[in-house]
Amino acid sequence: MLAKRIIPCLDIKDGQTVKGTNFVNLREAGDPVELGRFYSQEGADELVFLDITASHEKRKTFTELVERVAANINIPFTVGGGIHELSDVERLLQAGADKVSVNSSALRNPQLIDEIASHFGSQVCVVAIDAKETPDGWKCYLNGGRIETGRGLFEWAHEAADRGAGEILFTSMNHDGVKTGYANEALAKLADALPIPVIASGGAGAMEHFRDAFLIGKADAALAASVFHFGEINISKLKQYLCAHNVNVRLR
Amino acid sequence: MNVAIVKYNAGNLYSVSHALKRLGVEPCITANPQTLLAADKVIFPGVGEAANTMRHLQQTGLDKLICSLRQPLLGICLGMQLLCKHSEEGDVDGLGIFDVNILRFQPRNHDDKVPHMGWNTLSHTQGELFKGFTDEEFVYFVHSYYAPICPDTAAQTDYILPFSAALQKDNFYATQFHPEKSGSVGERILRNFLAL
Repeated sequence: MLAKRIIPCLDIKDGQTVKGTNFVNLREAGDPVELGRFYSQEGADELVFLDITASHEKRKTFTELVERVAANINIPFTVGGGIHELSDVERLLQAGADKVSVNSSALRNPQLIDEIASHFGSQVCVVAIDAKETPDGWKCYLNGGRIETGRGLFEWAHEAADRGAGEILFTSMNHDGVKTGYANEALAKLADALPIPVIASGGAGAMEHFRDAFLIGKADAALAASVFHFGEINISKLKQYLCAHNVNVRLR
Repeated sequence: MNVAIVKYNAGNLYSVSHALKRLGVEPCITANPQTLLAADKVIFPGVGEAANTMRHLQQTGLDKLICSLRQPLLGICLGMQLLCKHSEEGDVDGLGIFDVNILRFQPRNHDDKVPHMGWNTLSHTQGELFKGFTDEEFVYFVHSYYAPICPDTAAQTDYILPFSAALQKDNFYATQFHPEKSGSVGERILRNFLAL
C-alpha cells in the first residue's frame, strides 16, 4: 500500500537553513546537507529545500548546494525558490534535484507548468500555493504571502493540475507558524477535487496534527519545518505514532 | 569493479552515479560500445518518455548493443520499461528482453492517483537482487505505466492492481522503482546487483 509521506522542509538563505514564522523573523538553523541526512536517517520520506533569497547572484550558491545534496542523500528531494523559467528547472534538475516547486512564477505565468511538464514530465513539477482564508473564501498570495491576488485556491489548483502539475503543495497562511494544526477542511476539499497528490503545509505543532492532516485532510503527504528543526517532533517517533493511529507510513 | 551507466537522452543518470559512489564504486557514464561491452556491470537508468527515448536508442545503435550484453544489466524505471516488448506510452516497441507489454494505470476510483508516486512495499521478491529480503520493504516509485505480472516478475507491488516491481531473465535485471532514491533498502538492492 502506498505510504503517506512525511516531508521536512528546509528554508535556505545563503546556503544555510532558516525558518520563518508566519513568513517573517528568520532564525538560523544549521547546515542543509547535514540536516537533510539526519532527517533521512530518522525516516523522512522526501526533503524540500527552498531557496528563500533566490536573488540572481545567489543562484550559484544554491545550485552548488543542490549538487551536494544529490551526492550525499539517498531519498528524493524537491527544490524551490527563484524558478522563473524552464532554464532554471533544467539547471536544478541537472544539479540532481528530483522535483522542482514553482509558486509565484506559475501564478504569474501558468504556461510555465505546461512547459515543465512537457519537457521533464509531470512528476518533476510541484505547484506550491500559498493561500489565506478570507471573507471571500480561500485566496492565493504571491511572493511568500506578501502580495494578494484575486485568484481562488481551488480554481487555481484545478488549473495547475490540468496544465500538468504532478503534485500540489498547499500552505495555509492562516495556519503557518501558529502550530495549531493544518487547514484540514480546505485540504480535504483539495484532495477530493484533484486527480494528483496533495501535500499539506503550514500549522504542524504536534503529532496529532499530522494524523489529522492524513485522516481528516486526506493529504498524501505532510510537510513541516520548525517542529523538526527545533527537535520538538522526532520523525521516527512521529511515524510510530501515525502507524499506531492507522496511518500507513514507511517504517524502518 | 568496472560499472558502466548507459548514457542516452534520459534524465536521472547522475542520481544513479551518486548512489554508486556512495557505495564506493566509481561508475563510468558512457555511450561508447567498447566501454559498455567491456564493463563488469551495466546500468540502464531512465526518466523520460518511452517513444522518444526508444527512437534515440535506435538511432545510436544502443538498442542492439544492450540486447547483446552478457554481463549483468540493471534497467531502472523507464530503463526497465524499454527492456519490455512494447509500451503503451507512445505505442512503441521496446527491446523485447522481457516478454511483457507496458500498460498505463487505469484509475478505478478517485483515490487512485496517477502517477503512482511515493513509497510502496515489495512482495513476492525472488532472485539475487532481493537476497536477504523479507517481504514488505518500502521502495520509491514514480511512474504512470507498469508491467503486468508475468513469468519474469521478480517482485510485486500493489497499486490499483498488483504489478511487476522488478523483472529478471538471464543476465537482465530490472526495477520499476528507483533503488538510487530508496534509502538503505535501495542500497541493499544495488549492493546485491554489484555482488552478482
